[in-house]
Amino acid sequence: MPSTKAKEAARKTWNAIKNSLPILLGVLLFITLIIEIIPKDLYGKVFTNHGFLDPLLGAIFGSIAAGNPLNSYVIGGELMNQGVGLIGITAFILSWVTVGLVQLPAESLMLGRKFAISRNAFSFISAIIIAILTSYTLTIL
Amino acid sequence: MNIKIFSKINGGLKFLILIIFLYLVCAILNFDLFIVALSRFVELLKEVVPIILIVFIIMFFSNLLLETKKITKYLGHNSGISGFFLSIVFGILSAGPIYMWYPLLADFKEKGMKNSLIATFLYNRAIKIQLLPLMIYYFSLKFTIILSIYMVIFSVINGILVEKSLTYKK
Repeated sequence: MPSTKAKEAARKTWNAIKNSLPILLGVLLFITLIIEIIPKDLYGKVFTNHGFLDPLLGAIFGSIAAGNPLNSYVIGGELMNQGVGLIGITAFILSWVTVGLVQLPAESLMLGRKFAISRNAFSFISAIIIAILTSYTLTIL
Repeated sequence: MNIKIFSKINGGLKFLILIIFLYLVCAILNFDLFIVALSRFVELLKEVVPIILIVFIIMFFSNLLLETKKITKYLGHNSGISGFFLSIVFGILSAGPIYMWYPLLADFKEKGMKNSLIATFLYNRAIKIQLLPLMIYYFSLKFTIILSIYMVIFSVINGILVEKSLTYKK
């Protein structure tokens, strides 16, 4: 016979499952739709090799993009082969994994709207700053 | 659906209904896109189901074994540097998509986990140990090390800024 504590833990977990499953399914459906809507060759067309514009554009497109981080590395590698600067690519792959506009509704519902907006906004700014810092550090070292 | 009934449904279900509605619109406008997106959804679902299960198993054991006091002690407002250290380590080690961890984090938040540590945990999820070799292959070892160090540093800065912005009063 399971103890009262185990029953209580199971009840709490079941409630969490009931509340979060529709949100998780919604995010998965939304992400797959966004992945299919955004053309793969779009990313290569937006970079201009501008010192500030590139990290900004990289961060914007990385924030909108969704899916496995593996794809961001592959796209980033392809962009580098096309001559796009590392600074824009870094902002792109960073915001891909740290900023999530697609999962923002889910994050808001589960962790609070203010938290989600604030965390994503700071992550967006960080992606630009880190891209610039990484690029400069690489040139120094 | 009646608007009154819709307004009574909880936020999560409303969100799912809206996305399903979006799919229906997509099916009307571009049926091929609808089919491709739906089949990709099934593939993704197969990938994430084991992670969802792991997260809910962790949640069950945390409900069973971790008392609120313990979470408050190690991840609460007085957890200090060790709280950040734990969030960084668990953030890097955690697997799967970021959104799979929202339910567990929401549960921990209810039990007293600081917002700054949740933000730090989520930021460190960007450092994927299993994907580092691929990053090295594409962008060099030097780039990977420098970027990873900056990410850890900024995860803490982000955490602190998120906490400050949430407690800031005009």
